[in-house]
Amino acid sequence: MQTTDQLTTVETAKKLGLLPEEFERIKEILGRTPNFTELSIFSVMWSEHCSYKNSIVWLKTLPREGAGMLAKAGEENAGLVDIGKGYACAFKIESHNHPSALEPYQGAATGVGGINRDIFTMGARPVAQLNSLRFGNLKLDKTRWLLKGVVKGIGDYGNAFGIPVLGGEVFFDPCYNENPLVNAMSVGIVKVGETASATSYGAGNHVYIVGSSTGKDGIHGATFASGDLNEESAKDLPAVQVGDPFQEKLLLEATLEVIKTGAIIGMQDMGAAGITCSTSEMSAKGEHGMNIWLDKVPTRQEGMQAWEILLSESQERMLMVVEAGREAEVEAVFDKWDLHHAIIGEVIEGGRLKYYMKGELVADVPANDLVLGGGAPIYHREYKEPAYFSETKKFDINSIPEPDNLKEIALHLLGHPNIASKRWVYDQYDSMVGTANISTNKPADAGLLYLKDTGKVLAMTVDCNARYVHADPETGASIAVAEAARNLVCSGAKPLGVTNCLNFGNPYNPEVYWQFVGAIKGMGAACRAFDTPVTGGNVSFYNQTVLDNSTVPVFPTPTIGMIGLMDSPEEAMGLGFESAGDLIFMLGSSRNDISSSQYLSSWHKVALSPAPAFNINDELVLQAALATLTKGKLIESAHDVSDGGLFVTLAESGFVNSLGCDIQSEQGIRNDAFLFGEAQGRVVVSVKPAKLEAFKTALEQHSSLTFKQLGHVSSAEVKVDDISFGQIKNLFGLYNNALTNIMHEQL
Amino acid sequence: MPNSVIRVGVVVFPGSNCDQDMIDALSAYPEVSVNKLWHKEHDLQQSDLVVLPGGFSFGDYLRSGAIARFSPIMREVIDFAGKGGNVFGVCNGFQVLCESGLLPGALLHNTSNRFICRNTWIMPEPNNSAITAKLAPGQALQVPIAHGEGRFYANEDTLRMIRDEQQVIFRYCSEYGEKADEYNPNGAIEHIAGICNQKRNVFGMMPHPERAADAVLGNTDGRLILDSLMHTLFDLPALVLDTHNAHSVVS
Repeated sequence: MQTTDQLTTVETAKKLGLLPEEFERIKEILGRTPNFTELSIFSVMWSEHCSYKNSIVWLKTLPREGAGMLAKAGEENAGLVDIGKGYACAFKIESHNHPSALEPYQGAATGVGGINRDIFTMGARPVAQLNSLRFGNLKLDKTRWLLKGVVKGIGDYGNAFGIPVLGGEVFFDPCYNENPLVNAMSVGIVKVGETASATSYGAGNHVYIVGSSTGKDGIHGATFASGDLNEESAKDLPAVQVGDPFQEKLLLEATLEVIKTGAIIGMQDMGAAGITCSTSEMSAKGEHGMNIWLDKVPTRQEGMQAWEILLSESQERMLMVVEAGREAEVEAVFDKWDLHHAIIGEVIEGGRLKYYMKGELVADVPANDLVLGGGAPIYHREYKEPAYFSETKKFDINSIPEPDNLKEIALHLLGHPNIASKRWVYDQYDSMVGTANISTNKPADAGLLYLKDTGKVLAMTVDCNARYVHADPETGASIAVAEAARNLVCSGAKPLGVTNCLNFGNPYNPEVYWQFVGAIKGMGAACRAFDTPVTGGNVSFYNQTVLDNSTVPVFPTPTIGMIGLMDSPEEAMGLGFESAGDLIFMLGSSRNDISSSQYLSSWHKVALSPAPAFNINDELVLQAALATLTKGKLIESAHDVSDGGLFVTLAESGFVNSLGCDIQSEQGIRNDAFLFGEAQGRVVVSVKPAKLEAFKTALEQHSSLTFKQLGHVSSAEVKVDDISFGQIKNLFGLYNNALTNIMHEQL
Repeated sequence: MPNSVIRVGVVVFPGSNCDQDMIDALSAYPEVSVNKLWHKEHDLQQSDLVVLPGGFSFGDYLRSGAIARFSPIMREVIDFAGKGGNVFGVCNGFQVLCESGLLPGALLHNTSNRFICRNTWIMPEPNNSAITAKLAPGQALQVPIAHGEGRFYANEDTLRMIRDEQQVIFRYCSEYGEKADEYNPNGAIEHIAGICNQKRNVFGMMPHPERAADAVLGNTDGRLILDSLMHTLFDLPALVLDTHNAHSVVS
């Protein structure tokens, strides 16, 4: 047994991704030199993926307290928020970037599988999914290959699993050419008091592994995800796991059924770092240890080594600790669902994890020293403002001559993959299974899910404009939170809580870490302002590629997943204009601002400019006013001004019921800034003429809100200052088919 | 059969995922009692109507519905249908019915080779079957699809029989009822979205009427289809009819 007996050196530690000082620390913890199996255990548990060692100092500054919080960030596998009438919502977003970069189909599919397991391992039934995707230049064959694979992977897994996709975003920029970002979010519902916990206690209780057999896939996946990609990364392919949604569906049903027996002490799904992670995190939480008999683990192939079984990230597996004497009840459920199960260990007093192979002790480690909040290292990384940041501030709108071909620009934007309909993507996802998606036939700024058990509506969105965050991490991250909240409020919901997926480059690069620190500060400030605590999430560093000795990090991309609630479907507000003759108002102010807009980026090819204008107090005033209007049923539609600016907002509102609009521009504001600028804090609403007085009266109590009538809804044509920008059905054709045409022409 | 409880059995395969949606939609009829029929069972629990819901019965890695037909419950369903019992399959349920030989033809991969989920329009065919009997002739209905293998196909002989026996129940169309390739989401032969057997007691369709059967979702066109089936088979009164989308303008 060479692998287990051989004592390790600092060189082995480095190969496993550990630092020399971490190797020394492990020796201190154990009081001896670790063998290879033990070192492997530490290497995965102390990887960024599991330990958050380079981020936790800053993550702890995010607001985690709130009135409706039932489980705080880090306490369980996902956050838990009270949604009334005895129900709670568990939700979380997670990245699967590195696997998707190498094997887009399986990488994305297993990302969906993993995030859903995080939800149902808590006892919550997943009811909705969202995803946030970033890809490189769509003109590259590689990008289209990645997009096709990722979308098919998400679709095939989620469609078979049977949970609807309610929302998402797709964004293209060359900074993601080598490192696509695949962030998947799952939202689940559970009755308060019927949750399961990721814990383990009670000496003598049995430890079960349930679900798929363990294979050699995904070994060292967590370590793999904690390093830069390079030309050699394709050789890491075995580090990518393979998904089986049918097995996941069986696991879901069996898990929820087995929790009802009351015989489960605790459970955790097998994600990053496999059995190692589940056994150590559950044991540390329950302040117990475990004897684990690795040779009892059902394997897919003969002759797997102890460390391979320990680190395998084979999908669709759960670890469950079952109350002694109640094994038969639990096994009957697994048998009903034809799930493999095996007793692989027992809970013991004390905090040690003892892993055995055929009677031989192959690793003996203290659980608490492996985990976040226990002995896992915590680092304060240095950070430094990058040179480009001061460059962004030098941008002057006057350096851009005011264009006179506004219609041409409008068409460019509507057909740009970042703005155009993502129908090619979302048509491949089942968005209606569960018969609760009320945004199918009434699109809104957020995904809206009818809760059949309570009659309420859960709203959800994912948002992040990474171009803004790159321009100014602090402001950009605040905007991401503000936009998410704005989308929920536009849809008629009250924001409740946030989950985040923080995608950055290498944290050891001080300029990347500066982006990270700024983003956390901005996110924290906004989450406090909107009273939306961060319930959990995930950090993905090392999203950068080393090519020809240059390192290319992605835009800092702190994706915000936010959920909200409304009392009934009656309160749901659509984004589409309802009838010709309705008056169109903008809540918020037009500004002479085109900074970091899609227009400035893709039409003028200006890469560096500040984040768009943003004021958090204005945003709060805006959202409060909007809530008054939706509650009072004083508006017919609400749609925020975001990517592409006001013109895109008006067009999108028109597309829903094929209605045009007649708009007057604003004195003192450049036409390009008026139509295409992305200054924040603006929402376009439509108002029935008969409700105009009530609308104005209602806004009197929000006296600091600026609002202005832009024009009215018309039957078919989009006009600005009496100049036609085209028939709405033609604009819709362009918007609706642009992405499909690109994908079909070139593949 | 009024005044007595109508028993509907919804078959649950391990990978079914539209079973609860179908149960919700049928439970809306006060006269109906819906039971789940687990695939390992042999008892149809005296069902008056057996429904095969959508989903991925056994993961469908081989071919949709190819494994499900061998489930113990399917032997009973085939027997039941042979004796004239009413069977209704939606999406994966339709695939299972074709795989089982209860309906002719087969469902192949969509021509796009992609899974497609969106609203489609379908036109009922006046063919003297329960599922279309109460639908307004010439009125297109908006009903969503969600499938990767929904392209109905039959060879020329089978197709001729389907035509001769008027077994088509729905065809894809535009919202105004035009039938053309651009309104056919999956490349189905002759735009066929659903069929029945010759005896008109087994029905299968790819679109999901249960996904358009609740006013809260803003579309009740699918309820019209369920109403037609339940009304004609069991003399049940129609449910909600007021908010259907027929002929409305939808993007």
